[in-house]
Amino acid sequence: MIEIKVSRKLFGSNGELQLVFDTTIRRGEFVTIYGPSGAGKTSVLRMLAGLMKPDSGSIIVEDQIWFEKGKIDLAPQQRNIGIVFQDYSLFPNMTVQGNLEFALSKGQSAEIIDELLSLMELENLRSKRPAVLSGGQQQRVALARALIRKPKLLLLDEPLSALDSAMQLKLQEYILRLHQQFNLTTILVSHDIAEVARMSKRVLLLEGGRISKDGSPGEILPLENFRNFIDGLIS
Amino acid sequence: MLDFEPFYLSLKLALATTVILFIVGIPLAYFLAFNRSRWNVLLEALVGLPLVLPPSVLGFYLLLAFSPQNVVGKFLDDFFDVRLVFTFPGLVIASVIYSLPFMIQPVQSGFSMVPRSLVETAYTLGKNKFTVLTRVLLPNMKAALITGCVLSFAHTIGEFGIVLMVGGNIPHETRVISVVIYDEVEAMNYRHAGVYSSILLIFSFLVLVSVYLVNRRALKVHYQS
Repeated sequence: MIEIKVSRKLFGSNGELQLVFDTTIRRGEFVTIYGPSGAGKTSVLRMLAGLMKPDSGSIIVEDQIWFEKGKIDLAPQQRNIGIVFQDYSLFPNMTVQGNLEFALSKGQSAEIIDELLSLMELENLRSKRPAVLSGGQQQRVALARALIRKPKLLLLDEPLSALDSAMQLKLQEYILRLHQQFNLTTILVSHDIAEVARMSKRVLLLEGGRISKDGSPGEILPLENFRNFIDGLIS
Repeated sequence: MLDFEPFYLSLKLALATTVILFIVGIPLAYFLAFNRSRWNVLLEALVGLPLVLPPSVLGFYLLLAFSPQNVVGKFLDDFFDVRLVFTFPGLVIASVIYSLPFMIQPVQSGFSMVPRSLVETAYTLGKNKFTVLTRVLLPNMKAALITGCVLSFAHTIGEFGIVLMVGGNIPHETRVISVVIYDEVEAMNYRHAGVYSSILLIFSFLVLVSVYLVNRRALKVHYQS
């Protein structure tokens, strides 16, 4: 169980925004944060990861306090999360294998590397550098790397938005496969309706810094868009 | 008869200066690149001072500081038996201060060029700052490190004013190549001065060519788009 109750003042291109994020996520749940750009989606992930400090509130993950205003603020290193950014963020100076080895904790067995490489169908690319890989391949490496430490929480910040739609579909399958295999609590940030509808059963609609709706994709997404999406699937 | 000892002294000085600057420069540049304190500006200005200050001004202050009659110089003399005025070690310290911006500025911008998300990803993978520095930052900014080293080295070879002020003109100790050229001209010995100068000119040109080559190649090392 993850209890998040945070707020922070943000300064963006649309001016000042008071972000208030208050929700509870069950263990193993796949939740999508959906909303227009500038609504504070990425900031929520950054606060969960410890890369941004909330002005107030608390973050409690499976009875461990990660953040409590004025008392506790665990560093990103101590939070045991996996995060995947839109730009993949693979280390250019390391091979695929090297990127995964870098993620190993002290004393951790390297077996997990082979397991993830095979799960993500990356065995043949082991010795390649990120620069020679396609976008989809790079993102698969980034996903595998995020899971090496067996995180409690997987955070995906628009991980597929730089890929073409065929590749997106394929990657979505990979993400769902990982989610099921490791029973991972996953939070996906997305502004792509089709992706949201396909990936998760629960959507948080973030508008103007607040969760305005919380429910299934059918309940949350603008009906018209959703119909278009269904029509698109049928045709 | 050409004397190559001054060349040797100049190279030795430049090498010592570059090695020290490399060791001192990385933590200092790291601090300047990642510390967001508003006092940073003052430190940055201090580091950049040698770029605008005449070497004679800097040399004058160092001469005062190193002098055994003053606090710093007396302290070194009394406790460590070290003399910095008109000695090679003194020359090295003066060169380190004088060439500081030539190391700091490329390395600092190198730190800022490495995408932030790489650093943040490494943190979320449980890595501490030192590991991130040695395994993620430095390996991905090799061009900046090479540029810093080459510029510091070349700049030290080209020193004149500060050498004269702090080091004087002592054969086998502080008589570096730029001072020799000055001496030869003073003595109307234009042929010698010409040979020394042309060697230095070609050397400096080659150094700059290599810097630009390294930088051009570095542009091709792309982070993922």
